[in-house]
Amino acid sequence: MSKETISTFNLNCPMPISNYDKVLLAHGGGGTLSHQLITKMFYSQFENEFLNQQHDSAVLNFDNQKIAFTTDSYVVHPIFFPGGNIGDLAVNGTVNDLAVSGAKPMFISCSFIIEEGLDMNELWQIVQSMKIAADKAGVKIVTGDTKVVDRGKGDKIFINTSGIGLIYDGANINPRNCKPGDVIVINGKIAEHGVTIMSAREGLEFETTIKSDTAALNTLVENILSVSKNVHIMRDPTRGGIASTLNEIASLANVGIQIEQNKIPISEEVRGACEILGLDPLYIANEGKIIVIASAEDGEKILAKMKEHPLGKESVIIGQVRNDEPGIVVMKTLIGSSRIVDMISGEQLPRIC
Amino acid sequence: MKYVDEFRNLDAAKSIADKIRAITKHKWNIMEICGGQTHTIMKYNVEELLPPEINLIHGPGCPVCVTPLELIDKAINIASRADVIFTSFGDMLRVPGSKMDLLAVKAIGGNVKMVYSPLDAVKIAEQNPDKKVVFFAVGFETTAPANAMSVFEASKRGIKNYSILCSHVLVPPAIEALLSSKDNLIQGFLAAGHVCTVMGYEDYIPLSRRYKIPIVVTGFEPVDILQGIFMTVKQLEEKRFEVENQYSRVVTKQGNIAAKNLLNEIFDVVDRKWRGIGTIPKSGFGLKEKYAGYDAEKIFSLENIIVEESPLCIAGLVLQGLKKPMECSQFGKTCTPENPLGAPMVSSEGACAAYFHYGKR
Repeated sequence: MSKETISTFNLNCPMPISNYDKVLLAHGGGGTLSHQLITKMFYSQFENEFLNQQHDSAVLNFDNQKIAFTTDSYVVHPIFFPGGNIGDLAVNGTVNDLAVSGAKPMFISCSFIIEEGLDMNELWQIVQSMKIAADKAGVKIVTGDTKVVDRGKGDKIFINTSGIGLIYDGANINPRNCKPGDVIVINGKIAEHGVTIMSAREGLEFETTIKSDTAALNTLVENILSVSKNVHIMRDPTRGGIASTLNEIASLANVGIQIEQNKIPISEEVRGACEILGLDPLYIANEGKIIVIASAEDGEKILAKMKEHPLGKESVIIGQVRNDEPGIVVMKTLIGSSRIVDMISGEQLPRIC
Repeated sequence: MKYVDEFRNLDAAKSIADKIRAITKHKWNIMEICGGQTHTIMKYNVEELLPPEINLIHGPGCPVCVTPLELIDKAINIASRADVIFTSFGDMLRVPGSKMDLLAVKAIGGNVKMVYSPLDAVKIAEQNPDKKVVFFAVGFETTAPANAMSVFEASKRGIKNYSILCSHVLVPPAIEALLSSKDNLIQGFLAAGHVCTVMGYEDYIPLSRRYKIPIVVTGFEPVDILQGIFMTVKQLEEKRFEVENQYSRVVTKQGNIAAKNLLNEIFDVVDRKWRGIGTIPKSGFGLKEKYAGYDAEKIFSLENIIVEESPLCIAGLVLQGLKKPMECSQFGKTCTPENPLGAPMVSSEGACAAYFHYGKR
């Protein structure tokens, strides 16, 4: 394509983004602003049948072998936090994106963007945790890249990991399979990663015993798929929390979702921190949680199998897929009423009072 | 969690809702004044448990919402300056001014920091003597003592590069403004529990007598709110008008004397402009003359910033209960939480935003 055609093309394609002429942090917050950016800018330009799956991984076909392919960048601050660091987070996150697509994670790449001046010892600790995390998940780190940027041009270290995995035989993870009556299962307490990161950040002086839940979920997924061929969708509710993930599922699958507030597992410490800060735990990030939606008849079987796994001991059914109000997530509240659980518009911000 | 679970309890909520249904004989319009209560009412859909005779009107008690557009533009002007570190509570950062919000100022290089306490802003001032550190002091009587304390501390420690952009507002004058309106529909008030924790509730007694209206100081959990509604309806049905205290586990009649003394030391009661309502006489706090050196409006010349609200917004009618948010022609169309035209769509505690988020569309 010549330069001339490119510029002509650009003239015919006015920038689609609406209200902002600069990118805001909220565009990366996992809420409606992120979705607008991704849909209007990236999906509209890169559109193809694989991207349109809109799953955590793209599922590709090679000679009758289905392969899942995913990528994710990690920019967490602080880089060390109770329960983990940016290194194991980067490995686990990509392993999980593959696993929830119904794939056995195989190979991972890692790219480091390191800020000049990073303590060599810190880098060593990060690399060691990546090795441990990769061994634990049974994946190999097979390629990578290193760039160092001027001091002030990065935030100590950013890591990108990409991964490929083999789709399990018979696994058919597709939101379009969700149907009314399906059960919604989660493998344990929510919001622990997000609250850990917030309390580790400067400026928020409270001490907690809360630890990030970062963990690789691939063996748990393997167990789930070994007992049921009727798993319709799995998602790891990271940024934006379970509320955003359930909203994404409801709109992708075009079904209604109902959850029950008193079933959602959450620790006292996390609830307390959320009360103090005025945050809603439904919108806070997890890094070791999975939401599984499957046929009601397989619900108990899946639940029992999940409970056998160390990361699934506290698994519980939190709701079901419904017939009415497609695209909408409704929650039965603690006092017996119902209300809509919306997608958040940007990052959650602590309230004045 | 103690002191929380008891007040989010299914059986307790059901039993009070039954009691409300049993005593309600007439139609009543009750306003919860505080945005925190509006938030709870929406988050737990408390209205679903109420008999149809009871109409809740969501009041102007969200500090984020009632902060005038003009003041947000002033904040944006200050925050855009190179020698300034602008500090604020989180939820003010996303409130749009006439052209941008504070998060956008940050995106183009402004030094905007979210803090959890104004005392953290004082600390930032101490650590950055070459910068002017400004805190966006917004809120009702609830947040005023902490903001007053920041000025008091800065003054005591001789920190000269700290100031506040002050827009403090007060509840009783707002209640009076609503009740004295010729279109008033409100027949009973849930007063804001945390405002009364600081100020006590003596100021509400003359209001209740003058306008013959029940006022019940109410907490913030769903069971608190149901109980506050029950106490208000009971008074209305019995034709009584008194100030009662539902939130007695926290609120006393006199309030927090030490906090009130501090407020008297730092602030004068002044006229204030409320977004969606207009200027209400003696309805806010401003810094006393002796603390003028901590007043950002005096330090930075901001007189030229004059901004009008969108003429399409019917906030005034919504805040008086004369219209429901979805009766507005702009609701959910040109006016959304991402792009609010006026006060009640701004924060999740505003009536319109609460309706938008929690599904009353």
